[in-house]
Formats: sequence, C-alpha cells, structure tokens
Amino acid sequence: MVALDLSFAARDGDRAARARAVTLLLSLLLIIAVLMSLAIGAAGTSLWSTLGALLRGEEISLTDRVVLWQIRAPRTLLGMGVGASLAVSGALMQGLFRNPLADPGIVGVGAGAGLGAIAAIVLAGLLPAALADQLGYYVVPVAAFLGGWGSTLLLYRVATRAGRTSVAVMLLAGIALGALAGAVSGILVYMADDTQLRDLTFWGLGSLAGATWSKVLTGLPIMLPALIAAPFLARGLNALTLGESAAFHLGVHVQRVKNIAILSVAAATGAAVAMSGGIGFVGIVVPHLLRLASGPDHRQLLVNSALLGASLLLLADIVSRTIVAPSELPIGIVTAVLGAPVFLWILFRQRGVLDL
Amino acid sequence: MSVLATDVRVRLGRTQILHGVDLTARAGEVTCIVGPNGSGKTTLMKALTGEIPYDGRIELEGQDVARLTPDALARLRGVLPQASALSFPFTVQEVVSLGLLDRRDPRPVRHALAQVGLLDLAARFYQDLSGGQKQRVQLARVLTQIGTPVWHGGARWLFLDEPVSALDIAHQVQVMQIARDFALGGGGVIAIMHDLNLTAMFADHVVVLRDGAVLASGSVAQTIRPEVLEPAYGCRMSFGTQPGSDIPVILPLLAPQAGAADRAGAA
Repeated sequence: MVALDLSFAARDGDRAARARAVTLLLSLLLIIAVLMSLAIGAAGTSLWSTLGALLRGEEISLTDRVVLWQIRAPRTLLGMGVGASLAVSGALMQGLFRNPLADPGIVGVGAGAGLGAIAAIVLAGLLPAALADQLGYYVVPVAAFLGGWGSTLLLYRVATRAGRTSVAVMLLAGIALGALAGAVSGILVYMADDTQLRDLTFWGLGSLAGATWSKVLTGLPIMLPALIAAPFLARGLNALTLGESAAFHLGVHVQRVKNIAILSVAAATGAAVAMSGGIGFVGIVVPHLLRLASGPDHRQLLVNSALLGASLLLLADIVSRTIVAPSELPIGIVTAVLGAPVFLWILFRQRGVLDL
Repeated sequence: MSVLATDVRVRLGRTQILHGVDLTARAGEVTCIVGPNGSGKTTLMKALTGEIPYDGRIELEGQDVARLTPDALARLRGVLPQASALSFPFTVQEVVSLGLLDRRDPRPVRHALAQVGLLDLAARFYQDLSGGQKQRVQLARVLTQIGTPVWHGGARWLFLDEPVSALDIAHQVQVMQIARDFALGGGGVIAIMHDLNLTAMFADHVVVLRDGAVLASGSVAQTIRPEVLEPAYGCRMSFGTQPGSDIPVILPLLAPQAGAADRAGAA
C-alpha cells in the first residue's frame, strides 16, 4: 500500500498524498530508531532481549532496569526532542525567511543561543538569589532561548525590508552575529572560574551524554510548545512563500505568524542548544531532503521534519556512542560529517538558482 | 455593492503620496485606474485592499476596510500583484491551491486553471514557466480565492495591479475578458492599467490619477480623450476609433520640437 502510494507520480501536481505516505514511513523509522536507541549501547550492554522480555511482560534484572530507565530512556527522549527541535526550527526559519539556506546554526541564531547559555553558566552568580532559586535548572535553557530570540529578531530586522528578505544580507548579518556572539562568549569563558569551565566544556561538547531525567524535564517543556505550535503556522508559511503582501491578501495575519515563528525558533533552538551544545546541519539537511521527497508544503513539511529530525539524531547518537566505544564521539561531529557534505551538495545543485 | 473611498490620504515617510482621493467603484463594472508613473496608482490600490494604513475612509461592500480582519478581507476580495516571487519549488497546482481558503474542496483549483488556459501545466514546476504563464497562474490563484463573483448575497472584488503587463496581446485580451466576465457575473473589478487601448476596450469606469489626486473620473467617453490624457501624461497622443465601433484607439505622438532636437543631437 505504501509502496503503491510512493510510486504515484504527481500527475495532477498535488504531492499531498505522497507527503502523507512519507509521514507514515517516517513514523515507522522513528519507532525503529527509538527501539535501537534503547537497546544499543556502550560496553556490550545490548538490551534487545531485555526489551523483548519487557514487551512480554516478564521481570527484568535490576541492572538492566537502571540502564534502561535511568540512562537510555532519558537520553532517547532528549535526543528525540533535540532532533525534532533542530529540524523544525530549521524548517520554520526557512519558511519565515523564504529561503532554503536559512538555518539557526548557519545564520548565527545558534551562536546567540549559545551565548545565552554560556552567560547563564558564567554569570549565574550575579542573579539575585531569589530569582536564581525560582529558575533553578531553567536558567541555562531560558537564557539560551532569550539569546536565540534576540538574534532572530535582530537578523530579521536587518535582512528584511518592505516584506522582502535579502539572502545576501541575511547570510552576512548571520556571519557578523555569529562572530560577535563567539567573541562575547570567548570573553565570558576567559572570565569563568574552574568549576564553570568544567560545566562549559561539558556543555560545549555537543553531546547527549549528560542526559538525565531532570535535563529532560527542563528541556522538553520549552521545546514542546514550539513543536506543537509549528504545524499551526503551516498555512501562513505557505502563503508567505508568495511574499508578505500576497500572504496578507490571502487572509493571513502576517505579523502574528512572524511573531509566533520567531518565538518558536528561539524556543526550540535555545532549548536544543542548552541541552546538547552545538549540533549542526540537522536544521538545514532534514527540511531540504523532505522538500525533495514530497514538496515544500509546510502542512506536511513541519510534521515530517520533526519525525525525521528525531530519528536522525537518535541514529547519529547511536553512532557517536558505539563507533569509538567505550569512549564517545561528540554527536556534533557525527552530524557535521554527515550534514556538511549534504549542505555543500545543496549549494552545488542550487548555484545559478540561488539569487544572491 | 461598491467600493467607496472618501478623502483618502497616504503619507510614506516624508512624502505625501495621495492628497485626498475620492473614488467610487460599482459591482458589475470594470473600474480602471490609469495615470503616469508615480501618480499614486499602486499606493491607492494598497490602501483600497487594506494593505497599508491611510487617513480618510474606505468602504468595501459597506464595511470599513480599516476594521476588517485579514481573513474577512480575503473572503471579500482577491488581489493580483504586479509581480510575484515564489521561494520554494511548488508545482502550478500547489501554487493555485494556496488560494483555497477552506481546504476541503479542490475543484475551484482545476476550474480556475481551465479559465486561464493552463490546466495542461498543472503538474509543472512554477519556476520553469515563462513570465506570462506565471502571471496567469497567479490570476488562477486569485480566482480560486474569489471564485464566485457573488457570495452571501454581496459582490466580491478583484483587484488587479497591472494584470497584463507581462502578457502577449492575445493573453492580454484573455485576461481582460476574464475580468469582464467576473464583473458581468455581478462581482466588482478594480484594475491598475498602463495600456490605454485595453482600458478603452474593457473599462466601464475610468479614474485618471496625477500627482496623487484624481484628475478625471467617468466613462470611457468622458475620460479617454486628448483633453484629459495629454495633460495627465504630458505626452501628445493621436486618437482614432476601432474599425466599426466608437472604441478609442490611442497612439503616442513624437513631440515635433523634442524629436527634431534629438535627431539634430544625434547628427
């Protein structure tokens, strides 16, 4: 049935049916990736038989239970959340800027969020104690969210004039923003004491290794609203591909769509960066592959991006913790090795089409 | 059953673009706005469609445009822009489907594509089309949004910003005919036009703008005349009529002195 749907050529130019078949396939892929992420791990602790026993309702050993629930389950959940967040914020940003090259990692929003996270780690002591107690674990992700939000707003203001976004200005402003955020981050790192430096290094590795339930419970509440809001922006983002004024004429409340999209990008990117450091290229590669497979309609693109982003990050994480086991490779290296060539390939294919 | 603009003034930055424009357009008619470049045609269109803020009052079917939500406006009027960019590889069918306000029934899409004569290209990528085809796809999108000229007992409106500037002569007539049919069906059409001959052929009502104010307004016979258009455009024109009818035909005339001076300068 699925194969039949996929073989269907878009005879009447409507690829919605194909996109729905892709959604189905990606859901299956995600289930497989989740099971693999729970079962496969370092030090030969393969849990396939344990998972089987669990599914049959049998008792499992205490060690297995601890590994499964305290290590692999939070790591898997965090991986799904981070992967979906990165991919969806990429797709949202590309829709908002009406350009397939816009990605929080490339245009400096990731760096802005990173600056927020670093500032929170280094300067947390300056916060009034009462406020710090209130925020608790949330200090870092909230600061990353604010950093991402500020840089997205700034970028949009600089690069968009009279409803049109200049790609060249967007990319150049992104370079400047990234450099500035990097420089300020550098100053903060220089100011940091030894404990903070250890926290920073741990965070900056770009890894899911530190996943705990408390981390999951701080990250997901910030990511989920953005992920849930995204599909509701689909019609507005579709209309925005025609430009802001045409979108308004189609009945879209343009400013509202832009505001929600920018907030969602900031929340998803901020939380992802705060939880796992810099993980690049998911946000640009995932939506691009999906547009090739089933078209640019955001009604399916955003949902499919979340599914594929989550699966890809879980698979990349499995590679990162098994390839040099018992040690771990930072996951950011894995996504860069896979993603950067794809990004170059996109540029190669689009040269001449891209209007810089 | 009308668009009623009273004393519309628009200021962009420090420049006053419109100085108190009054305009009445009736449903069932094609109203054409003509005037030289920079006379405020596009700004007037943006005010009429609710896209930019303005002083004065604009009513669309008896409702204050400034108070209507984007969605309510979108159900009352469609707008064909002068030029359209599209940032992602949509097919023709998908571009036209963007005009569906309620996603359930895809039939208006096929119908609109047939109306502009592009049903064969439905599965093609929009980017691969010629400029004229793109313009007609956009018109099909607007027709999908505002399919029926009359809705809930009231007229719906088509706003066309230079709808034929990218088209060859046969497609110019085709597009104007679609606008005319929409008006005959009870809807209203307001079009910005550069082509005075097509305006003379298809307009029921003409508004001539110059320097952000209405210079003349009325039927083709009242407005498409040398006394009105020559001062409006600052250009001498030759007026004739189409064979077997009294529809005016307008040609620009080379100003004798300027032309002679040019030739002398070239020699």
